[in-house]
Amino acid sequence: MASSLPTLSRALPSSSSKPPSPLVPFRSPSLKITTSTSFLPTSISLSSRGASFAIPRATPASHGSGSDETLAKTTFHGLCFVLKDNIDTDQIIPADKATIFPSNQQERDEIASNALSGLPDSHTTRFVEPGEIKSKYSIIIAGENFGCGSSREHAPVCLGAAGAKAVVAQTYARIFFRNSVATGEVFPLESEVRVCDECTTGDTVTIELRDSGGLLTNHTTGKQYKLKAIGDAGPVIDAGGIFAYARKMGMIPSPSVA
Amino acid sequence: MASAVISSSPFVCKSPARVSIIIFHFSVSNLQFSYMVVNLGHKDLGFSSFRKPSQISIHGCQKKSISRMIVSVMAPQRSSSTSGSVKTGMTMTEKILAKAAGKSHVVPGDNIWVNVDVLMTHDVCGPGAFGIFKREFGENAKVWDSEKIIVIPDHYIFTTDKRANRNVDIMREHCREQNIKYFYDITDLGDFRANPDYKGVCHVALAQEGHCRPGEVLLGTDSHTCTAGAFGQFATGIGNTDAGFVLGTGKILLKVPPTMRFILDGEMPSYLQAKDLILQASVICLTDFVFLTIISYRSIITVIIGEISVAGATYKTMEFSGTTIESLTMEERMTLCNMVVEAGGKNGVIPPDATTFNYVENRTSVPFQPVYSDGNASFVADYRFDVSKLEPVVAKPHSPDNRALARECKDVKIDRVYIGSCTGGKTEDFMAAAKLFHAAGKQVKVPTFLVPATQKVWMDVYALPVPGAGGKTCAQIFEEAGCDTPTSPSCGACLGGPADTYARLNEPQVCVSTTNRNFPGRMGHKEGQIYLASPYTAAASALTGHVTDPREFLQ
Repeated sequence: MASSLPTLSRALPSSSSKPPSPLVPFRSPSLKITTSTSFLPTSISLSSRGASFAIPRATPASHGSGSDETLAKTTFHGLCFVLKDNIDTDQIIPADKATIFPSNQQERDEIASNALSGLPDSHTTRFVEPGEIKSKYSIIIAGENFGCGSSREHAPVCLGAAGAKAVVAQTYARIFFRNSVATGEVFPLESEVRVCDECTTGDTVTIELRDSGGLLTNHTTGKQYKLKAIGDAGPVIDAGGIFAYARKMGMIPSPSVA
Repeated sequence: MASAVISSSPFVCKSPARVSIIIFHFSVSNLQFSYMVVNLGHKDLGFSSFRKPSQISIHGCQKKSISRMIVSVMAPQRSSSTSGSVKTGMTMTEKILAKAAGKSHVVPGDNIWVNVDVLMTHDVCGPGAFGIFKREFGENAKVWDSEKIIVIPDHYIFTTDKRANRNVDIMREHCREQNIKYFYDITDLGDFRANPDYKGVCHVALAQEGHCRPGEVLLGTDSHTCTAGAFGQFATGIGNTDAGFVLGTGKILLKVPPTMRFILDGEMPSYLQAKDLILQASVICLTDFVFLTIISYRSIITVIIGEISVAGATYKTMEFSGTTIESLTMEERMTLCNMVVEAGGKNGVIPPDATTFNYVENRTSVPFQPVYSDGNASFVADYRFDVSKLEPVVAKPHSPDNRALARECKDVKIDRVYIGSCTGGKTEDFMAAAKLFHAAGKQVKVPTFLVPATQKVWMDVYALPVPGAGGKTCAQIFEEAGCDTPTSPSCGACLGGPADTYARLNEPQVCVSTTNRNFPGRMGHKEGQIYLASPYTAAASALTGHVTDPREFLQ
């Protein structure tokens, strides 16, 4: 089946003509970059703009003022964690962890350390190592119906808290997709083919987003895949989540100071 | 070896299309075949209007993917007709959303701001939702309408888990501060009956307390909020951030979903329940279909979820109608709509009728306005089922669309049975189980856990006589059959819960359950094997210690 999937020939710019891609800052200090990705810097530097190049998050510090980067230039880079179909919310975050209330950093760390801990034991590679808070994988690649099951927001929140920046799935369950957009915790992207059958956990990947869609490059295999345009969720993600979007549309005022 | 007509691309609906589908499987000389017959038109299927059947041989477990591909093949991609000046009629869901958005007309795909009639939250998501509300609208902000927010603790109640207990306390504080009218509080965890306000499972409580009304928009911070669609309203689950937004504004940004129509006709067999319908249905043409009678078929199965799969209705409305639906009680309709989310659906909806009005008007005096799909509304798919041919089914581990006939699983040894949850813990669910136990007159062979959904259900279990049982109540029958004593009402072990939750699966056991999901770890242990079933099937299985078709005891 893999052989029939379309792949694009590798067409990356040479390292000399392209400035180092701004990488996702400060969330994954343990990110390992393989030596095959020669055009990337060997150390992660914080974006010079000071703001995240990931999704502007709907956190108190950043709402309404997030990154001034538009969707057209968003880039993610890191190791990928590969899953298959129908990963439901109980596998992403077991139900008994749903009592955790990720409003403070301590509980946020706790929920992060439990991200994807509900996967059956047949998954020998853990998303977050025991004792760790962050994952070394910043991009999740999945099959169909990712995030099916419960409506609990703990699912995208724990992934984001653990350092995941984006999910590339073939399709999403709607409540999970919506929650990802509303919270800004992870960028929910859709692939056109079964990327999960062609990538292996630990592969180094780059995702570049454009207004018309995106491009996923697997540096370990050398293959590239088109990603679907974000569609109607675009303006909401662009604005920084549902609240920022509503403020932009003039529907709600900025939060009043107590 | 799929035939050429099977598309491998995922189903994408470009425009509404009217499709009738018949799929049936049969075996000849140990080979399984599927005939797929399609009528791309408005007429019922007749022999003369068949397309040339496409022969597909199915090996092993390809059924799920084949089924989904059938859907993708069948929807013809017509160019959009929504830009013309002639407006098509609207489906129920489109009408409800249009009215709630103050628009005269909407089409699937429109992103609209919708006014919310009722927002429900519970102990697990309430603290998060209110936290976000305060963060975004200010510490001293007030909710948009303190009478339209229903706070129902139900998920992790009867536990010593400090965080779970804390969540109920947090909700109490928010409700006091915001003067929330409907907060079904619990303070004495040792005796649920000592809490007059406490109800139990949110979706059942919403219905029982009269908060579900035709034509309205109801949102809840729980995936099974779609249950309320049984009342002819738009009801769907949302996350904390969306809920926080609704708390402050009373509005939500929604994309209008296209509607898949499921028409169920025929008399419900006595051993069949709504759970079987939503897990499985049989597609048989209603007009004379001679071809069918001369083929010996191993099983005619087209499961609603099993057929369209756990993602078959993604982003779509599932609208149920037909004579069978009209014959269902409100609780059975709730069971049907409850598992719409397990098919990926955005919402489920059933046209309201006398049964609906009778139920609602007995519980609320708030006026409502029912809506119905127009005759010329566009549906993205049409499925017809004759329920009289259906058999009881189960969903095998580890997916709600992994359906199989109950009678084909009779060699599966089980360790326990669980009857409860919003899906299968309502009064009629317990009545059904009790009826089967009474008919059998035997004792259960495995631990059988009973978790009434709400206080009202618990009281019915102890007070209402079971028809045909000589005045005995459910509780008496359960005791005689050797079941566990019905426990305090809540969501219980449906979703595992804290480690000390009653009936939680703490070991890798096999459980037949009337709940709604059976993904790995759903009820606790990751290696637990959960078979989803109707209350009849669950009761029958308890009596034999194996997965059992209820006809063993009901006919």
